Amino acid sequence: MEIHKALFEYCLRLADSSLILGQRLGEWCGHGPILEEDIALTNISLDFVGHATALLQYAAKVEGKGRTEDDLAYHRSEREFKNVLLVEQPNGDYAKTIARQFLFDTFQYYYYQALQESKDETLAALAQKSFKEITYHLRHSSQWVLRLGDGTAESHERIQNAINDLWMFTGDLFDMDEVDALLIKEGIAADPGQVKQKWNDHVAELFKKATLQMPAPTYMQRGSREGKHTEHLGYLLAEMQYLPRTFPDAKW
Amino acid sequence: MEKKDTQWPLWEIFIQANPGIPHKHVGSLHAPDAELAIQNARDVYTRRNEGISIWVVEAKNIRASSPEDIGSFFEPANDKVYRHPTFYKVPDGVKYL
Repeated sequence: MEIHKALFEYCLRLADSSLILGQRLGEWCGHGPILEEDIALTNISLDFVGHATALLQYAAKVEGKGRTEDDLAYHRSEREFKNVLLVEQPNGDYAKTIARQFLFDTFQYYYYQALQESKDETLAALAQKSFKEITYHLRHSSQWVLRLGDGTAESHERIQNAINDLWMFTGDLFDMDEVDALLIKEGIAADPGQVKQKWNDHVAELFKKATLQMPAPTYMQRGSREGKHTEHLGYLLAEMQYLPRTFPDAKW
Repeated sequence: MEKKDTQWPLWEIFIQANPGIPHKHVGSLHAPDAELAIQNARDVYTRRNEGISIWVVEAKNIRASSPEDIGSFFEPANDKVYRHPTFYKVPDGVKYL
């Protein structure tokens, strides 16, 4: 596999995870459980869309076929999206959104920490720029896991159920294929294998503080690196891509 | 009928815009506790570079003077010009006075 093809694929993976999670969080706009959280979630949503824009711009440049970040966001089909399975899971109740967010934020925190050392200057710079936002995202979701876990009997039950339901999508975060292997060897990609232990330790530590149980090892869903998704992504894309596909020249 | 307030407590938010100047009251918001009040204040009031420091105070902890006190509190200052520092020249370069 050529390096620039691998790099294009790698940028899409990073970008798509941010874009899809940004879209999911945006669904809370006007529906947050309280005004302040509505603002916080949509604010975080915009951070993710911002990361995705920069990464897709870079992906388009690496690809060199004249596509733009909008082409990549709005004119790829479900199987061409390479986001991790966790981020496309539906919002559910607030506990589920927070559980999904915390599991992903912790992953992204350690992964982007490592990515700042990338030999690819653009990726290193983007990772550095995003890292401050990611640090805040993790703080926000961690504080909520603590409060829901250690809150009322109902909040505890809801967040524990959400964690149990989402656990089977966490293995996919750390999968590797030839794209990862090649770019890790070149010093460009961060190694998910090295992030896994830190992720696990941090999640276990916070769950303990929040009086929550780590789920037992379970069957892990896989496939995001090949574009194999859960049934939820198609619906999300239909909504996200509707306008630019129906009115291709629309400007706003 | 009993009035039930199911909202989180109200917090007053103070933002410092630059080093060396006082924190200024910018508004209020609801939050379950101080840590989340700071996070909410960050999202509601500092998204556009408005500040470098946040104070939060639960509104119930603020004591305020009453409107009836206006006469006895503030009016006596009106006829004592010597209490106002208008007889000095402020040197150039002194900021935030």
